[in-house]
Amino acid sequence: MKIVVCIKQVPDTKGGVVFNPDGTLNRAAMLTIMNPDDKAGLEAAIRLKEQYGGEVTAVTMGLPKADDVLREAMAMGADNGVLVTDRVLGGADTWATSTTIAGALRNLDFDLVITGRQAIDGDTAQVGPQIAEHLGIPVISYAEDIKVDGDYVIVKRQYDDRFHELKAKMPCLITALSELNEPRYMTPGGIFDAYDKEVKVWGRADLKDVLDENLGLKGSPTKIAKASDKVRKGAGEKVTLDPMESVNYIMSKLEEKHII
Amino acid sequence: MAVEDYKGVFTFAEQVDHKITGVSFELIGKGKELAKDLGVDVTAVLIGYNVKDLADSLAEYGADHVIVVDDKELDVYRTEAYAQALAGVIDEYKPEIVLVGATPIGRDLGPTVSARVATGLTADCTKLDIGDFPLEAKEGVEQKHNQLLMTRPAFGGNTIATIACPDNRPQMATVRPGVMIKADIKKGAKADIIEFNPGIKVNNKFVEILNVVKAAKNTADIMDAKILVSGGRGVCSPENFKILSDLAEALGGTVSCSRAVVDSGWRPKDLQVGQTGKTVRPALYFAIGISGAIQHVAGMEDSDVIIAINKDETAPIFDVADYGIVGDLNKIVPELTKAIKEYKAAKI
Repeated sequence: MKIVVCIKQVPDTKGGVVFNPDGTLNRAAMLTIMNPDDKAGLEAAIRLKEQYGGEVTAVTMGLPKADDVLREAMAMGADNGVLVTDRVLGGADTWATSTTIAGALRNLDFDLVITGRQAIDGDTAQVGPQIAEHLGIPVISYAEDIKVDGDYVIVKRQYDDRFHELKAKMPCLITALSELNEPRYMTPGGIFDAYDKEVKVWGRADLKDVLDENLGLKGSPTKIAKASDKVRKGAGEKVTLDPMESVNYIMSKLEEKHII
Repeated sequence: MAVEDYKGVFTFAEQVDHKITGVSFELIGKGKELAKDLGVDVTAVLIGYNVKDLADSLAEYGADHVIVVDDKELDVYRTEAYAQALAGVIDEYKPEIVLVGATPIGRDLGPTVSARVATGLTADCTKLDIGDFPLEAKEGVEQKHNQLLMTRPAFGGNTIATIACPDNRPQMATVRPGVMIKADIKKGAKADIIEFNPGIKVNNKFVEILNVVKAAKNTADIMDAKILVSGGRGVCSPENFKILSDLAEALGGTVSCSRAVVDSGWRPKDLQVGQTGKTVRPALYFAIGISGAIQHVAGMEDSDVIIAINKDETAPIFDVADYGIVGDLNKIVPELTKAIKEYKAAKI
C-alpha cells in the first residue's frame, strides 16, 4: 500500500506564543514544528504501513528550510521525502497551494493521501479537501480512526455530536485530526538514517498538469487587503455595586450583546 | 462571464436530521446586511431530502428566496453529493457571494465547492463588510468597489487579516458560528421557494455510509462552548463550583477553570483555560474568582465578551474584561442565575 502524507512546517503558536513589547507577535522567537494534525496523519500512515506493508512518502511545500520537517518525518518512519519549493510558488492561498500539491502528487503512485485537517498558522482546513477535488478522488475529512479493507478504507468521521463510519474506495484522501493518535518520537537511529536519505526537491517544472496562472501569489483568488497583529484588548468598564445592582448590570450587558 | 454579472447573496442553509443549524439563520442575518449594501436579494440554499417544509423558517429569518435542492442522495451529508448540489446552484444562478457556516460540514463542503467552481474561499470569518479593494486608492492600481471584505483571525488568533476575492466569483466565505446576529424573526413568513435539482450523479467520489453513531460526549469540550463560566481560586472550594455550574446551566454554557483550580484538584485538567490548558474563544466568558495571570489571559482574551467578577479591585483580570464587577461572587452569582432563569421563563 502506497501512502502519501502532506505535512507543513508551522510556527509553534500553541503554548509558546511570544510577543514583542508593543504587543505584536515575535515570529523570530518562535520555534517551527511539524503541524500537529499532519503529525497525527503521518503517525496513522506509518501504522497502516506497519500493519499492511507498503511505503510512506512525506510531501511538503515551503521554503528550502522545510527540509527539516521532512527529515523529522523520515526519522519517525516515512520512507521518502519530497520538498516542493520554488520562488514562483510563494504567496499562495489555499487554492493555489492545493493546485501545487495536486500537481506534485500526480507524479506519485498512491493508494491513499493523508493530510492534517488544518494547520495551526492558518487554521483554514481547506487544502486537504481542495487537493482531493483537484485530483478527482473522494475526500473524508475529520478522521478519528482509519482502517483498510481490501481496496477500501473505513474511516470514523467526526461531526459535532456524532460520527459517521464511512467506506471509500481507494485512491482517496483523508484529513486527520490530532486526536487520531499519539505520534511516536523519532529514534536516534532514525534521525541518523533520515539525514543519510535523499529528499527529492521539486520545482515548478516538476508539477504535472498545472497552469502557471494558477500558482503562487498571482494564481491566488484571495488577496490580503490588510493584515495586522492583533490589537490587544484593553480594559473595559469596572464597577463596584451591591449584589443586586451587580446582577442588574450584568443582565443589561447580556441583553445588549444579544447573549440572552 | 464577467465578474459584474454575478448577482445576489446566497447562504447555505445547513440542516442535520431535518433541523436547520443555528449558524444558517445567522448567515441570513448577515447576508441581508450585505445584500442591502449591494442592492440585491438574499437567497438561502436548502439542501437535503424531503426538506421543503423547512423553507418557511428560512423566510422567517429574512431569506428573500429559498432554493431547495431535494434529492434522495442528499439524505445524510456526504461531501460529493452536497458539493454537486451547491456547485450546481452556483453554476445555475451565479451569485456574487456565497456564505457557509464554519461547522464540520461547512468546512468540508466549502473548500470542495470553491475548488470545483474555481474561486477563493476565506475560512472562519468573524467579520464581513462590503467595501473597496484595495482599501485605499493607489495610483496605477484599479480600485474595485462593492467587494466582500472578509476578516478572520490567523496564527492562533494572534493576527487578524482582511481578505478580498476581487477577480473570481462567487466570493466565498465560511463564517464562525455564534458571531453574526440573526435578524428578528417574522413569524408566519412564507418562503418564495425555487425548486432546483442539478441532477446528483453517483460517481467514484461517493462514499458509503456504514453507520451513524450519535455520541453523547462524556465531558463537554470547552473549546467548542459558546458560553464559558470559568472559576478560579476565589471560588474557594470544589463544592462551591456548584454555583458556577448552576449559572452555566441557566445560560446554556459550560464550566471551565483556571490552573490554580486544576492544581488544587478541584476540577479536571481538560477544563483548564490558559497557556498550559486550552485556548478558548467563546461568545461569552465569565471569569469568576480568577485573578487573571498572564498565562490564563493568553487562553481566553479573544473571547467576544468577557465579564469578570472578583472581590479584589486590583486583580489583573479587570484589564482584559469588557465588564468588571468588584464584589463577592458568593452573593452575586446565585442571584444572577435566578435572574437569568426568570428572564428566560418570561421570554417563552
